Amino acid sequence: MELLQLKNISKSFTAQKAIDNLSLNIQPGSIFGLLGPNGAGKTTLLRIITGIFYPDSGEVLLDGRPYNPSEDVGLIGYMPEERGLYKKMKIGEQALYLAQLKGMSYAEAQSKVKHWFVKLGMESWWNKKVEDLSKGMSQKLQFVTTVVHNPKLIILDEPFSGLDPVNANLIKEEIFHLAKNGSTIIFSTHRMEQVEEICDHIVLMNKGQNILEGTVHEVKQRFKENLFMLKLQDTPSEIPSPAFSLVQFTPKGYIVKLHEGAQPNDVLRHFIQQNNNVLAFNEMLPSLNDIFIKLVEHTPTARKFDQSIA
Amino acid sequence: MNKTFLIAQREFITRIRNKTFILSTLLTPLLFIGIIGLSTYFAQKNDEEVTVAVFDESSLFASQLISDKNITYTAVNKAVYDSVIKGISTSAEYSGVLYIPSINIDKPEGIAYISSSQLGIFNESQIEETLNEVLKEKRMIQANIDTAQLNLIKQNPIQLKQSVINKEGSTTETNSGISYMVGYVSGMLIYMVMFIYGAMVMRGVMEEKINRIAEVIISSVKPTQLMMGKIVGIGAVGLVQFVIWLLLIILGTSLIGASASPDSLKSMQELNTNPAASSAIVKGMQMTIGQINMPLILGMFLFYFITGYLFYASLFAAVGSAVNEDPQDAQSMMFPITIPIIFSLVIMSSAITNPTGPLAVWCSIIPFTSPIIMMARLPFGVPGTVPYWQIGLSMVMMIMGILTVTWLSARIYRTGILMYGKKPSWKELMKWLFIKQ
Repeated sequence: MELLQLKNISKSFTAQKAIDNLSLNIQPGSIFGLLGPNGAGKTTLLRIITGIFYPDSGEVLLDGRPYNPSEDVGLIGYMPEERGLYKKMKIGEQALYLAQLKGMSYAEAQSKVKHWFVKLGMESWWNKKVEDLSKGMSQKLQFVTTVVHNPKLIILDEPFSGLDPVNANLIKEEIFHLAKNGSTIIFSTHRMEQVEEICDHIVLMNKGQNILEGTVHEVKQRFKENLFMLKLQDTPSEIPSPAFSLVQFTPKGYIVKLHEGAQPNDVLRHFIQQNNNVLAFNEMLPSLNDIFIKLVEHTPTARKFDQSIA
Repeated sequence: MNKTFLIAQREFITRIRNKTFILSTLLTPLLFIGIIGLSTYFAQKNDEEVTVAVFDESSLFASQLISDKNITYTAVNKAVYDSVIKGISTSAEYSGVLYIPSINIDKPEGIAYISSSQLGIFNESQIEETLNEVLKEKRMIQANIDTAQLNLIKQNPIQLKQSVINKEGSTTETNSGISYMVGYVSGMLIYMVMFIYGAMVMRGVMEEKINRIAEVIISSVKPTQLMMGKIVGIGAVGLVQFVIWLLLIILGTSLIGASASPDSLKSMQELNTNPAASSAIVKGMQMTIGQINMPLILGMFLFYFITGYLFYASLFAAVGSAVNEDPQDAQSMMFPITIPIIFSLVIMSSAITNPTGPLAVWCSIIPFTSPIIMMARLPFGVPGTVPYWQIGLSMVMMIMGILTVTWLSARIYRTGILMYGKKPSWKELMKWLFIKQ
């Protein structure tokens, strides 16, 4: 059963629709990428999921039940894009405080926070103040406060911004680990290479609508353009053939496009018949980045400038 | 509710552990006592000592001017007068010259004090008074009035005692001076509470918004809980700080009182021209302080302290949530909130001179002004000056006011706290009140 179901969610602010009849199902244990250009409504959607906003219409079901923000708060961990911590508060106390706000008892919060601090090598920070931390360090702290209560659903908005590769890797490993242990992760970002690396499902939003959804593999298959990279020993005498045509010649090799109904083997056969050795032949799947740009480009500015939209 | 408590607890603990808080809590009473001490000291010390050369052409005054602690009169002749006038700026002997021309006592004109530096206000009036005293004697002699007899007549003047009678017919002595003072001080204190702690709430909300921690917290608790937690936490801080201040001031003043040397007490006594009358005033003061219903005043003070704070703190919270980094925005949005507070202070000064006037009565019932105005009126007597129905109505209105204002503020707060960008207009704020979220 789905962990999170969004059914026909709509949400308008004074000037325009932020979320327009959006539906979405998220399976437990998956790492779900929420993509979209600036102003697509991602933050609003996340705020609806976390109960900060109520949708104008539609339903949010968590574990098959209507989501009740005041009771189900412990089930969700949310790390907003704009991070915030109390600057003057000691780090240990801050983590304890935020954990208690999620409904943990003091003792429970203490043991969990300590556990995470040890795990991420932060024990020595306990009595420091947030203002003494670097941006990356406070990012780690923020991550800990997001996951410390072992939520079923973890929502991370741009979790890697500001982290160096070592710490980014550390957090990435933790994300995989949490997903393996049954947590579901919604991961909102603009960084496509991270999505390809981490997520198994994605949804692409634009102008408040769900315009593309599926596993990363499925999506790539759907948008592939039958392009292949071909590396040959000799300069071929004759391209194209009825099966394919040459798109581009690059120093790495030839990019060829299969014609409708042709098979990859047709290309190989063509060159084998010519006695030209095929050194490399592989399919060129579009990157998520390409797909993203293709889908989003040329749509008018995602949202009109309106400061009253949160 | 539990989470509101958690938030209030954090707010309270982090604030009272703050060094600035500890310093200001300890230093403010010191400053207070210091100011009181200094002003008492200077009041006692009075003006500088002056030596006045008196050149009296009328020969009416010179021999009768009695020197006192600060002013020494020395009669001089024309020659000395001339030389003093010439060398007045260098003369160490005389601070100045009092010139009295040959005058008619019915029309004393042309009396002048000449010096290189101006007299202090006390010395000036002292000299004037001394001259007038002599003039009065001369005139009485001229009118054939026996001064000894007159002094006899002037003895034991009347002191008006005010009493307030209640329905049961028992009377209480009152003293409007004391009521005035108690009313003024408690009104001022409430004013300070509303401003200091209200502004503290506003800054706290702004900090949470600017640090972007609000969104993290609001994903765990309702915005209203966050707002109420903050208000309650800071209110508790204020209460603790006030109690500490009160204790320190009481302790400090009693220490000063105990350590004051008998000498300075004696000189204070000397300053009083009529020691008997002054001790009667002191006795009267003690009596009327006893007569003022202290438990009632303290209880009501606590009530208006808390409710006045809650009323304005939620308004300040709403403003804090609506503005962004720019402190000037905060200033301009705070303005409409500060107006009723300052307005209360203006009305208070008229309310304590006329505590039963319609302005005072109505302003002590309307929640915006009632904490200050009611506290200013109460010391004048309950139920004499302030009937029970007025207190009851004021309290009920205050609680209803808090509920309304908190509800409205919470609606602005929950939208404002997540809103970044330019400062909202008043029209937008109105819209926020009716947004469904």
